[in-house]
This record gives sequence, structure tokens and C-alpha cells, in this order.
Amino acid sequence: MDYLRAFIVGGTICLIGQILMDKTSLTPARILVSFVTAGVILGAIGIYEPIVEYGKAGATVPLPGFGYSLAKGTIKEVEKYGLIGAFTGGIKATSAGIAAAIFFGYIMAIIFNPKAKS
Amino acid sequence: MEHTNEERLKKEFQDMVKKNAPSSNFLKDCLAAFVVGGFICVIGQFVMNFFLGLGVPKEDVGYYVATIMVFLGAFLTGLGVYDNIGKFAGAGSIVPITGFSNSIVAPAMEFKREGFVFGVGAKMFVIAGPVLVYGISSSVIVGIIYYIINLFK
Repeated sequence: MDYLRAFIVGGTICLIGQILMDKTSLTPARILVSFVTAGVILGAIGIYEPIVEYGKAGATVPLPGFGYSLAKGTIKEVEKYGLIGAFTGGIKATSAGIAAAIFFGYIMAIIFNPKAKS
Repeated sequence: MEHTNEERLKKEFQDMVKKNAPSSNFLKDCLAAFVVGGFICVIGQFVMNFFLGLGVPKEDVGYYVATIMVFLGAFLTGLGVYDNIGKFAGAGSIVPITGFSNSIVAPAMEFKREGFVFGVGAKMFVIAGPVLVYGISSSVIVGIIYYIINLFK
């Protein structure tokens, strides 16, 4: 059941991205930026939470989920530590993803070479 | 005779353009994005359930999922597999967090010849940089707004 929900929710979020790519002239980079920012906003106003409850990894693996974690972490830290939480919370909540992306990204780029374009 | 031939060529050319226009593949693109994106999330769900099964608390399991998925995206990009998936899946491979790590590894590999500092180190962030800039900045704004709202409660 988890898997079916993850498939449908995750697939739908990617489908929205595809429609935006085909029907507007948004480049992939702009899609990524707007999806993360949208996730922050939807997370902050509490719309993304129920999507995460329902879709689990289907909602957290796509990039709006990254934005959602940023917003959720920020709000949690503001509640705990006050204004400084606005600066500590977001990166704390997404630290694993950011550090993994930098570390593994660097390692893989060193080990592998680009494949010849066919 | 000459004229009709030209007309015919014109028509053939227009048909050809129409056939190759991206819009005619719209439904196929959407289906591919849905299926591949959904499938990547199923893998994420599998990773999540695996670590939950090992006794990782629910609020921490996201760290594990993010780390593993980012690793997979980076590794498959290194192997050259991820870009082949991307040609077929479009947004289905871009929107999941594996696409975020793809956006780091692909330019970093490409620009390796420019050196390890300004090649790999800098080009890693060609796409990931803006994502972090806008994501983190908007979350800081959210935090400040939330703080101000709480002052008036």
C-alpha cells in the first residue's frame, strides 16, 4: 500500500514537472528551483504535510519534499530557539541530503568520466 | 508542374515538422515522467521501510532516505546510466532528489579538465547552487515571518 501511494504521489509530482516543461519554456534548472521554493511555501502554510502523510517517500523524494523539510525544520527551530532558528533550522533538517549531494557528487565526478554522447 | 512540386514539398516539410514537434509526444512524455518518477519514489519508499524496519525513528528516517537516494543518483550519473534514463523520462528523472544529485555530478564531470577547484568544485553548483540559494533563502524568510506572527499571538 505504501508503495502504491508513493508511486502515485511521486509520479503525479513528476507529471506536473513534465507538463510545465512541455507547455512552458521552463528549463530543467528552473523547474528544480521553482519546485524547491514551492515546497518551502506549501510546507510553511501546511499544505504539503498531508501530502507527506499520505504519499510518504512519494512526497519526500521529489524536490518539493526538500523544500518542505527546509520549511518544517525552520519552523521547528524558531519555536525552540526563537529568531536564530530561521537560520539554523532549514539546513539542519536537510543536512544529510546537502552533505551527501556534495560529498558523493564530488567523489563520483572524480572517479568517473563523462560518456561520449551517442 | 514546378509549382505543384513545390507545394507538395512544402506540405511534406510541414508534416515532418509537425511529426517532430515536441507537442505530439506530449502524452508519451507525461506517461514516461509519471512512471519513472513514481518508480524512483517507490525505491525511496523501499529504502524508508528498510531503515524503519531496522528501528530508525520516524523523524530521522528522512536523513537515511535522502543520503541513499542522493548516492544512487550520483553513482548512476557517474556510470552514465542516469542520463539515458533522463532522455526517456524527462521530468521523471529531474524532479526526484536523484535528479538533484545528477545535476551536481554531470557538470562536475564535464568540466573536470578545467581543474579540481574551478572545474569540479565550482561547476558542481551550476544548477544545485541556485536550488540551494532559493530554497534556503525562502526558508529563512518563512522562519522570520513565523517568528513575527508568533510575537503577536
